[in-house]
Amino acid sequence: MASMRDIKRRKSSISSTQQITKAMKLVSTVKLQKTKMRAEHAKPYFDEMYAVITSVLAKSGSIDHPYLRPGTSEKKAVIVVTSNRGLAGGYNSNVVKLITAGELEKEKLEIYTVGKKGKEALEKRGYAMKEDYSNVINDPSYQDAVEISTKVLEEFKSGRIGEIYLAYTSFKNTVVHEPKLLKLLPVEADRSKPVRSEALMNYEPEEEEALEIIIPKYVTSIIYGALIEAVASENGARMQAMDAATSNAEEMIEKLSLLYNRARQGSITQELTEIIAGAEAVD
Amino acid sequence: MADGKYFDLKIISPDRIFYEGRASMLELTTSEGEIGIYKKHIPLTALIEPGIVTITEENGKKTAAVHTGFLEVLPDKVTILAETIEWPEEIDLHRAQEAKMRAEKRLEAKDANINTKRAEIALRRALVRIELTEKNKK
Repeated sequence: MASMRDIKRRKSSISSTQQITKAMKLVSTVKLQKTKMRAEHAKPYFDEMYAVITSVLAKSGSIDHPYLRPGTSEKKAVIVVTSNRGLAGGYNSNVVKLITAGELEKEKLEIYTVGKKGKEALEKRGYAMKEDYSNVINDPSYQDAVEISTKVLEEFKSGRIGEIYLAYTSFKNTVVHEPKLLKLLPVEADRSKPVRSEALMNYEPEEEEALEIIIPKYVTSIIYGALIEAVASENGARMQAMDAATSNAEEMIEKLSLLYNRARQGSITQELTEIIAGAEAVD
Repeated sequence: MADGKYFDLKIISPDRIFYEGRASMLELTTSEGEIGIYKKHIPLTALIEPGIVTITEENGKKTAAVHTGFLEVLPDKVTILAETIEWPEEIDLHRAQEAKMRAEKRLEAKDANINTKRAEIALRRALVRIELTEKNKK
């Protein structure tokens, strides 16, 4: 059996770890609240954007626009949104798995990363890294999303890449976050869904021109939405991971206390036996 | 019907619902020029150019500075999706004036390294902000 001193040392080390995980949990809870609110505020914009895009596309069946058909290049760009910091359970590895275990062929991919963790993991596995926007994830702004989308759209337009994907963690609610792989371009119009208004829409300027401007906005807004949802998910995942760590530490401390008490009792009994034996020997 | 001339107006930006209410008229600048929208306008999707949006409500007018975005008009409902939109009281006049000066300087320099288009957009934004703040002072 381990000595009393060893047990005591372990116990105190675990309880100091527990203090850290507890503090981290509190911090991420507060951050989650903030980022969750932001994600919720942004939601109406994306819903509306999506509704407009689908209704535009549904009515423009005959339009042949570069954004609506796959490019000639085999290359595919993937924007990977992860976090800069670890200790968030499976948050980062789940996103990375979407790419490593998905149907996408490694040789054809070009990776744009947001978040150091994803960058490190994919770099190690030998993926072709294109650009890194890791500092963005600390406090994503709409401007950051514009920057990323301008870059990938340029590549798409010049024909260097044929498709654009986005891998991120979508925020369902505080406890449910779902890693998602989305195809950004070419835009696939869901023509099966009914359009919300049957009225004939007029476009100013012409439809082609309008699409030319609206689609990049649509892409930007999806990227922005992904960024802020990812931040909310990150904090949610960290909160859960830290909560689990804190309760695990609690459990271990309990176990160790039991061991410690047993060892203490054992040593007292031993001491007593020794004293009595000694006294008997004197007599 | 008492509210026969009012339509639903919703202005949304990426970080908030900017405005939601009933208006009788909406004026703004699109890529094709300035337009005014009353109830029962024909369905229209248009791109917004930097300018001032004027909302006429039951009890007065409201103005805001919008930079880019687009709007969707249906007979009884108008939705504006704006990337950047601000109420006059949210504008930092000093900053806008500085931005204006900076952009003008860049345009004058005619340096090949400078993105002229970007400077022009910056200048337009600054001008809209300044115009709106000054209008509101009077």
